[in-house]
Amino acid sequence: MRKLRFHPCGNYKERYEEELSIFETDFGRLWLWIGLLFLFIAVPLICGPYTLYVCNIIGITAIAAIGLNILIGFTGQISLGHGAFFGVGAYAGAILATSVGFPFWLAVPAAGLITAMVGMVFGIPSGRLKGLYLTIATLAGQFIIEYILVHWESLTRGTMGITLPTATIFGMELSGDRSFFYVIYICLVGMTLIAVNLVRTKYGRAFIAIRDNDRAAEGMGIPIFRYKLLSFGISSFYAGVAGAIWAFYMISITTEPFTLGLSVEYIAMVIIGGLGSVAGAIYGAIFITGLNEVLRWATDIFMNMGISTGIGLNVAALREFVFGLAIVLFILFEPKGLAEVWRIIRSNFRLWPFSY
Amino acid sequence: MDFFLQLFVNGISIGFLYGLSAMGFVMIFKSSSVLNFAHGELMAIGAFFFLTLVTWAKLPIVIAFLVTLLGSFALGFVVERLFLRPLIGESLIFVIMLTVGLAAMFKGLLLLGFGGNLHMYPDFLPENLAIHVGIIYVPPVYVASFVIGMVFLLLFGIFFKYSSQGIYMRSVADNQTASLSLGVHVRRVFALSWAIAALVAGMSGIVLGIINGINVHEISAIGLKVFPVVILGGLDSIGGAIIGGLIIGLLETFTGGYISTSLRDVVPYGVLVFILLVKPYGLFGLVEIERV
Repeated sequence: MRKLRFHPCGNYKERYEEELSIFETDFGRLWLWIGLLFLFIAVPLICGPYTLYVCNIIGITAIAAIGLNILIGFTGQISLGHGAFFGVGAYAGAILATSVGFPFWLAVPAAGLITAMVGMVFGIPSGRLKGLYLTIATLAGQFIIEYILVHWESLTRGTMGITLPTATIFGMELSGDRSFFYVIYICLVGMTLIAVNLVRTKYGRAFIAIRDNDRAAEGMGIPIFRYKLLSFGISSFYAGVAGAIWAFYMISITTEPFTLGLSVEYIAMVIIGGLGSVAGAIYGAIFITGLNEVLRWATDIFMNMGISTGIGLNVAALREFVFGLAIVLFILFEPKGLAEVWRIIRSNFRLWPFSY
Repeated sequence: MDFFLQLFVNGISIGFLYGLSAMGFVMIFKSSSVLNFAHGELMAIGAFFFLTLVTWAKLPIVIAFLVTLLGSFALGFVVERLFLRPLIGESLIFVIMLTVGLAAMFKGLLLLGFGGNLHMYPDFLPENLAIHVGIIYVPPVYVASFVIGMVFLLLFGIFFKYSSQGIYMRSVADNQTASLSLGVHVRRVFALSWAIAALVAGMSGIVLGIINGINVHEISAIGLKVFPVVILGGLDSIGGAIIGGLIIGLLETFTGGYISTSLRDVVPYGVLVFILLVKPYGLFGLVEIERV
């Protein structure tokens, strides 16, 4: 067995593989295993139903946020349509499960693939557009998908919504938060693994090259249109999988949640978590979902105190305001997001007491 | 025929409103190339400010109008100073997301203050402003909005053509570095363009409020409809904004009248994608030439 690696006191890397390694030291790997064990064994046992529900929502949003971070953080294509793609995934999963009769384990990846195709269709403008023009095009995509979801009634049943059958996996019924917890977090771990490794492959490097300078990337022989489409596809696949799991978890879905507000929420997660960092997307999902729950809780307290009746304080308005404030403050004071904050804290610990 | 003409007149009136709303948006983009997602909320703030001045403070209409314009002007100045100035030179997504965050903040504040209900201004326009031609009827509000819009267009035309600040703004829009080296205070121009844009937004918010009543959600939705308009006209052309607005307005009313009412809200965005694919810099926009 090789020796445990500690933090070197300088940069002694000799090969590219060392530069690319995910864990700098073996302790990082060890901590990850401890964390995963804790997540899968302790968390479902100690958490009550409400906390588990919040954890599940965090897991689902984290999957979608990782997808968006691949598109925005790594490929540099700003999309305002991620909420709609999430909705496409939810509806694809629901329709496959009800009309076609797909089981849960087949419906979720199939929904992901369908969403990936839809995402690639709406990514076609990226062939000619970039920067803010592309952003506006995806904004249009958001509205068009929303319209289709509401008005293609023969397929989506319009505003009536769809009720899904109980999800079963390997003959077991997935009912209750605890069984869903395992499914969601196994998916999240798998998708995170794929994303982390994707960045280290040829594809990930091509994405980063396109983000940094698309002209130069094309000059180096990267077919940028194909890679941009691929990035749209991968990111929508993540959104679709998350959406389908969400649909099964919620049991009945309507067209209501998949608005521009949801897309903005996802972008906020990516920015608050940290652009171009897979872990950052997860931090962002935790932060935003947590913020939502805290605000709901706070407004409940205000309501009970009775001071709000005259003012007309409501959850949506307060949420909207705090949400915007969080985005603005993060952009102004820590544009690299929570991932950077975490890195600073860690390096302070590591370098203590000589942190200069 | 009459139906067609009535739709046409309605389309022109709505389109003119869109054009007015888009004007302030274009002004910001032209001078500082910031895509302002908070434009609808700036409009809503103007509308609500006017509402409080008229109903709560009971100011006369004209004075309330002027005070609102002044307040919007100051608001634009403050927003630029506090939020946009630190981001000069940052990458696109941060600037876009900052305006998205501002939009959420403003919207939340307005919802907290006024709620999501529909508010109405007291009726103050004289009925004899309306135009009857045969069966076609143009309500007084549209006539008033047309007049206000025309006056503002004229004022801005003069401002950009003859005043020194206007010329500075045009020079910055044309070439930032060159105007900086010629002694133009670029940062002041940014601040001024935000202030003027907020003023225009406040004005168009009031006009919208007179026509449809004031509702936070509706006005911010119209703020988003600015995008098809400006893309059609070209992001950096003020005249193009008006023409784009007219085209989108006509398109919307004709789709609503002849095809289906539910389709009318999504048609502008379909057109938007089409225009972007065929002519990415709009009908009157400046074509950017990129060099590696």
